[in-house]
Amino acid sequence: MSNRLVNWFKFASPQTFYPLAGKLIPWFWALTAAFGLAGLYIGFFVAPTDAQQGEGYRIIFIHVPASWMSMFIYLVMAFWAALGLGFNTRLSGMMASALAPTGALMAFLSLWTGALWGKPMWGTWWVWDARLTSELILFFLYLGFIALQSAIDDPRRADKAGAVLALVGVVNIPIIYFSVKWWNTLHQGASVSLTKSPSMAQTMLWGMLLMALAFWMYSIAVSLTRVRAIILERERHAGWVEELGEIRS
Amino acid sequence: MNWNSASEFFAMGGHALYVWGSFGACAALMIIEPILARKRRSKALTELKREIAARKDYETET
Amino acid sequence: MAETSILSTLGAVIRRDLLLALRRKSDVLTTLFFFVIVVSLFPLGIGPEMAMLRQIAPGVLWVAALLATMLSLPRLFAADHADGTLEQMALSAVPLGVLVTGKIVAHWLLSGLPLALLAPVLGLQFDLPADALGVMVLALLIGTPVLSLIGAVGAGLTLGVRGGGVLVSLLVLPLYVPVLIFGAGAVESHIGGLGATAHLSLLAAFLALAAFFGPWATTVALRIALE
Repeated sequence: MSNRLVNWFKFASPQTFYPLAGKLIPWFWALTAAFGLAGLYIGFFVAPTDAQQGEGYRIIFIHVPASWMSMFIYLVMAFWAALGLGFNTRLSGMMASALAPTGALMAFLSLWTGALWGKPMWGTWWVWDARLTSELILFFLYLGFIALQSAIDDPRRADKAGAVLALVGVVNIPIIYFSVKWWNTLHQGASVSLTKSPSMAQTMLWGMLLMALAFWMYSIAVSLTRVRAIILERERHAGWVEELGEIRS
Repeated sequence: MNWNSASEFFAMGGHALYVWGSFGACAALMIIEPILARKRRSKALTELKREIAARKDYETET
Repeated sequence: MAETSILSTLGAVIRRDLLLALRRKSDVLTTLFFFVIVVSLFPLGIGPEMAMLRQIAPGVLWVAALLATMLSLPRLFAADHADGTLEQMALSAVPLGVLVTGKIVAHWLLSGLPLALLAPVLGLQFDLPADALGVMVLALLIGTPVLSLIGAVGAGLTLGVRGGGVLVSLLVLPLYVPVLIFGAGAVESHIGGLGATAHLSLLAAFLALAAFFGPWATTVALRIALE
């Protein structure tokens, strides 16, 4: 048990994590491609045309995974942030700041595809639907996190301040979601629900799950690439960086 | 098979703008983001190399 | 014994901040004028139809209150940070959380409370009926402390940071959404004949939650900023 613990802490040091991440990245790209191709194949060639929505519903295969990932990444980011704040590990803060841009990208994609889906389905680019609205606020929370971190020059302080903000955000997200939902039901404007499509076909679900896996693997691959860059930027005065193969060659 | 021809596939039953607008934006961003992340790393590497070279120069001079 | 000393420190911090604000009245007055001007601009932008104005009044007043509170946030810790008082406070024997709570209370007394008291006058511009104005004041009285509490966390995080004033709005405004929804919702549902009790009790629940977490998170944020 204690051996395992030691091993985990070993990987928590940037020095060991940097080469490990480098080895893992190609594998995650391969998984992204595999899941993505399978998901796209099912999404475009196996899943039948929807009786009500025609071909437009195929946007679901990226809209739903992007929305899921945007929420999931915020949780993961807050988890790393909390870990960094609690145990004062350097790598956790770097992971949190590496994840934020990808999370913001996912939130943006979710909004963008939501708008493009809404236009043919509801005849408008935007409805103040509870889901869309809370996704928009989530996007703002990501932007706030990124802006705060980039405004602080000292990386250690940036990590800690970002961690506090991420944790405050995590406490608030459920409250925001339920408030927006309540607000939406009170103002009976557009009571259209995105996911209440009539009895989702089995193949559609599979396509969506595969795409979600592809998005997940993509997020891991790209944030590992980014965390490697962040490690180099921050550890530039550590001795081990000079010993790296990429530097000496 | 859902599609009889390639043009039918690209027309997406009249929803081409929306479907390809979504998938296109998604693909574009997912290509750009890794490139930017890689660039950030190579920039950090070149800066590091320059810094180390400068330090060595300084050490040999003194 | 210890309790009385904590309470008296709390009182001393509040009194001190109020006194300082009295010496620089313009700070407080600017926020209030901002609130008045923003609210008065809306009819000019939208048109003077009373039916329309009555409908948008709760939302307009609340959004203006959010913005005015936000404007006053940088003032919360900046001056004390600049002259080193904040560092002394962090080093003193009294828990920093108590001092922070005192400062937040003082901030509310100087921004939230005047806004709530001023709101009925502005509500008259929008032809709100008297009982709706009462609900409005009540909602503001419960809701604005939440704004001060959440805002304090943002003010602590951006203390001494480049462009802190604009940054704090980006951090804090998304977190104000629930207060905005239920604050404006209270007045709307009262006008709609549904009663405002549910909204007001939810606002009170937010207040309890914010009062519990806010000072603690602000203390953590300030310690990070002072490192």
